[in-house]
Amino acid sequence: MRRAFVARRVGSAAALLAAYGTSPGAHHAQHAQSREVVVFAAASLTEAFHALGAEYERRHPGAVVRLDFGGSQQLARQLDQGAQADVFASADQQWMTYVAERRLLDAPAVVFARNRLTVIVPAANPGGIRRLEDLARPGVKLVLAAEAVPAGRYAREAIGRLAALRGFPTDYRRRVLGNVVSEEETVRGVAGKVQLGEADAGIVYTSDVSPSVARTVHALAIPDSAAVTASYPIAVLAGAANRPDALGFVALVCSAAGQQLLARYRFLPAATVAPRPGSP
Amino acid sequence: MTRLSPAGLGLRLAVGVAIALFLALVGLPLVALIVRVAPGELIRRLGDPIVLAALRLSLITSLIATAVVVTLGLPVAYVLATREFRGKRLLEVCLDLPMVLPPTVAGLALLLAFGRAGLLGGALGALGVSVPFTTLAVIIAQAFMAAPFFVAPTRAAFGSVDQRYLDAARTLRASEAHRFARVMLPLAAPSIVAAAAMACARALGEFGATITFAGNLPGRTQTMPLAVYVALEGDLGAAVAMSLLLVVTSVGLLLALRSGGQGFFMSRAPARRR
Repeated sequence: MRRAFVARRVGSAAALLAAYGTSPGAHHAQHAQSREVVVFAAASLTEAFHALGAEYERRHPGAVVRLDFGGSQQLARQLDQGAQADVFASADQQWMTYVAERRLLDAPAVVFARNRLTVIVPAANPGGIRRLEDLARPGVKLVLAAEAVPAGRYAREAIGRLAALRGFPTDYRRRVLGNVVSEEETVRGVAGKVQLGEADAGIVYTSDVSPSVARTVHALAIPDSAAVTASYPIAVLAGAANRPDALGFVALVCSAAGQQLLARYRFLPAATVAPRPGSP
Repeated sequence: MTRLSPAGLGLRLAVGVAIALFLALVGLPLVALIVRVAPGELIRRLGDPIVLAALRLSLITSLIATAVVVTLGLPVAYVLATREFRGKRLLEVCLDLPMVLPPTVAGLALLLAFGRAGLLGGALGALGVSVPFTTLAVIIAQAFMAAPFFVAPTRAAFGSVDQRYLDAARTLRASEAHRFARVMLPLAAPSIVAAAAMACARALGEFGATITFAGNLPGRTQTMPLAVYVALEGDLGAAVAMSLLLVVTSVGLLLALRSGGQGFFMSRAPARRR
């Protein structure tokens, strides 16, 4: 009686294990038929690439776009460690170069979007930040992305440029960086801490301030004279298991329709690079 | 020598294979860490200010978190072991929750409770205290995650103290406080020390709740696990060395707490007869 019960329990546990165990395998076997294309993309691209993925699936029935978002540095490291993906979209050239240097690209990357930075503060503005000069005030809780994160590097660059402007104290950079209370691993981590009202200020991309985010934060624009422009390169990876759809997805991103979608998500056009559909 | 039936032999074989697979699963990653780092490298990394700061912060915060968990958890475990009351089951489930909660969720919950904009934020703010992004937040996150690792085994240890000793103490008119201090605590001590060691190890390894609730800043909130995570994106060698350092520290801490703590308590415990 007891034994039968135990056996039944073990049996169902085994069935459960089998169900979990086989799904990745089954999923692997179906890879070719289901035309899955795995896209590694910078965290700031989350909403825009969800829209682009859906658009690609709509235009190419049978294709399945699987999106994996993270800090560009995390994704580049994962690719270096042998992560399997078809497309990589980075928030800066540096991490794309890192991947290229390891011979992981199928073809050179193309810049498909640009972005600007902005300072955001919680709507309640607990730190009383009204001007960019206020970021240097002692006790301000500033959250930035870590230096390895593209958004973190761009933010430090912008702070350095602001320091050189007239009206900003000469030790602005040192004082602002002294106010950093946390270094986040993605730009979305920065936006989250500001949205929760825990940080007094953070530096994110202008594209991160979506209508829903804008309900909980105020943005302080960085003047053009100190602006830093982020470039987003995209490339098909050498190890792409589904090269045709990888090429197709990159083509869509660079196409007029793709650029229009990106603009709807507040990205700037790739400016100097004319879209070259079909060639990544 | 007993002869094994084919079924018995099969069972033995299965057990042997299971043990071998288990050891490979648990042991191989540790071996991989050890063979990756030369001993000289490990010592050299100790001189790195970031590693040193993270190690010091980790040790201090996890020891304080353990002290908090033990101090506050002992009475809870005692009451759970000796009293029946309404809602006890629900309380027990809640106490176990941090063990199964994804640490990031725990971190978010901590923010919503103790954060500046959280439930207690106003009250704490009135006292001039802002918890997030401070070392205090690291300790709170670690204590929250480590608490069930101490309370559950300690409660079980109190519950398994032989009732006859307590009855004997009672017939000698020992007060409850006296019975607790002189009978229960010494008898349960080895298990309590082991539970404290587990809680400490859990605090030392805490990552998700810390990075969510306390943020990540070298010297203030960047503990060893956070430093390893960040180094993974920069200097892989440093990440491996720090991981090994963390393993060595954890093993040392567990050994020290167990042997030291048991020695301390065992000398005061009454002789046990079986």
